[in-house]
Amino acid sequence: MKNKLLLLSLTSIFIIFFIIFYKSLQETNIYTPDEKINNEIPSFKVQLFYSNNVVNSSEIFNLDKFYLLNIWSSWCVPCRQEHPLLMDLMKNKKIKIIGINYKDTKKKAENFLLELGNPYDKIIFDKKGINAIELGAYGVPESFFIHNGKILKKIIGPLNKESIKEIKLLIK
Amino acid sequence: MKVLKLFFIIFIIFSFNHLNANNDDVKSKITKNLRCLICQGQSIYDSDSEFAHSLKVLVDKKLEEGFSEKQIYDYFKDKYGEWILYDPELNKNTYILWLLPLLIFLIGGAIISKGFIIKK
Repeated sequence: MKNKLLLLSLTSIFIIFFIIFYKSLQETNIYTPDEKINNEIPSFKVQLFYSNNVVNSSEIFNLDKFYLLNIWSSWCVPCRQEHPLLMDLMKNKKIKIIGINYKDTKKKAENFLLELGNPYDKIIFDKKGINAIELGAYGVPESFFIHNGKILKKIIGPLNKESIKEIKLLIK
Repeated sequence: MKVLKLFFIIFIIFSFNHLNANNDDVKSKITKNLRCLICQGQSIYDSDSEFAHSLKVLVDKKLEEGFSEKQIYDYFKDKYGEWILYDPELNKNTYILWLLPLLIFLIGGAIISKGFIIKK
């Protein structure tokens, strides 16, 4: 009786551990963030870069238009690399580019735009980086493709030619 | 009377200190239970990254707005998913994690009690 119980418990423990290890074998150990898409844009107060007016985030996005929300900063090196792509995308009339200036000073941000050009229709001034967190962003650069008040695509890291091609396909 | 006034002032100063300390305690408890998603094995409390810094400011803001601890966790879970919490909730993905220690405890207990009964 005692041996039977011991055997039973040992086998059950072995089976449980086997299932756990077998399950985790198939899973990747590199964490990729949950891309929470199809989420509605959260409503929060934002400060505009040039006018300093405080508006609600929902006032910036019209329902029927396509938007690319791009988080950038003058101190961020990959932002410099993706900037020519944004300048190119700006020429497309179907999409509007909204910028979030992340943890930056106004002077440095203005110099950045003077040097490389301003592709943004509107810029949100996010001095403390709170707006980016409210949107569910991880850092700079990061871009959100928005339509009908919903985040349809999230691009973490700098934009590249492929992602721009994908965006152009989506707005066709 | 003067002594009474002095005591009163000291009492107020101490009670304010206590209030602040309480808020700081809650803040550090919350930030210790939030994972820094762009760092390796660090909580928001430990990390000095830009992401962690912004999150700390937002936790502060939410506490000032009167959010409870659970509401703050739910808020961040909604934005970044379950992974941001160090203390996972019981659901279909975490049931093994929660139930395994209990199961092992029960099996162990059964073996021990069985042994005692047999000895008797």
